[in-house]
Amino acid sequence: MRTIAPLLLCLVLAGCVRERIILLPDAQGKVGKILVSRDGKQTLLETAYGTAEVGTITVSRTEGSAAEVHEQYHPQLAGLPPRPLSYTLYFVADSDGLTADSLKQAPAILAEIGKRPAAEVVVIGHTDRMGSDSYNDLLSLARARAIRDELAALGFDKARLKFAGRGEREPVVATADDVGEARNRRVEINVR
Amino acid sequence: MKHSRMMAAAAALLLVAGAVQAKVEPAGMFKRVEGEVRVERAGATLPASVGMALYATDTVVTGSGGSAGITFDDNTLMSLGPASRLAINQFRFNSTTHEGRFESTLSKGRLAVVSGKIAKHEQDAMKVRTPSSVLGVRGTEFIVEAGE
Repeated sequence: MRTIAPLLLCLVLAGCVRERIILLPDAQGKVGKILVSRDGKQTLLETAYGTAEVGTITVSRTEGSAAEVHEQYHPQLAGLPPRPLSYTLYFVADSDGLTADSLKQAPAILAEIGKRPAAEVVVIGHTDRMGSDSYNDLLSLARARAIRDELAALGFDKARLKFAGRGEREPVVATADDVGEARNRRVEINVR
Repeated sequence: MKHSRMMAAAAALLLVAGAVQAKVEPAGMFKRVEGEVRVERAGATLPASVGMALYATDTVVTGSGGSAGITFDDNTLMSLGPASRLAINQFRFNSTTHEGRFESTLSKGRLAVVSGKIAKHEQDAMKVRTPSSVLGVRGTEFIVEAGE
């Protein structure tokens, strides 16, 4: 009996709110879309803080307010894992040694990675188009391995550390074959 | 002839590698665990911890003071609130093509989501279910609350 009374009240009020879906702007302020489907009826959310309140009977859409959402759901929003990041370090031509600039930046980047909880890292090496494809495959792998070894030396768990070489296949700057290009001699460090 | 036989052998190897990979590749990893957080996996219940892998068909359950943050293989981020229950129904992701499928169910509690590469690659490849509704995710950040 105790459980039936609120249920009846809900029915009289044409549906209490049982579920709520709130669309948020992303870190850049862009707003995506969520299509909420219930019993063949659809509600599209496409504005920042747009909210679908799913009742026992109806789905209603309200505008929602940023301040209220951030207050009410603060622990969940603050509890999201850190955003995945990507860093790039550059190498001396035909070498697995970092350029002077990148050598200076590397310690801060590696320390930053080390701070993330249970970070998973994928290191991908690249080359410019000087030399043969097969030589560049090996060179790109050597570059990735060099960064992998740096991370491992800092005590980073190797089980969460992957590395690969992509040779000259993915230049940042397109060039003809056998052309040197400093911006393509790089390692990408993807962290999540 | 020799060539095609080699290709067939290589293809068979790839198939085997693919099958093995599909079996063991985790869907995601716990990055934050607070209070009581459990994982229901194949009939067993395991305590969750930071760094623990999460697999497709696992269910994450939090106690009244528990919460968890999970990062998935396609860079989807999820934050699960207290007294919540989240089932990972399906997770497939090809890190080269970004094709995939990600379906989960929040049967109670609160969930904040930042969708990743699966949702970005294909509209409606990511779905979140609640007891009464299905959410087709077309990007990117949202909150779901079920069972007030």
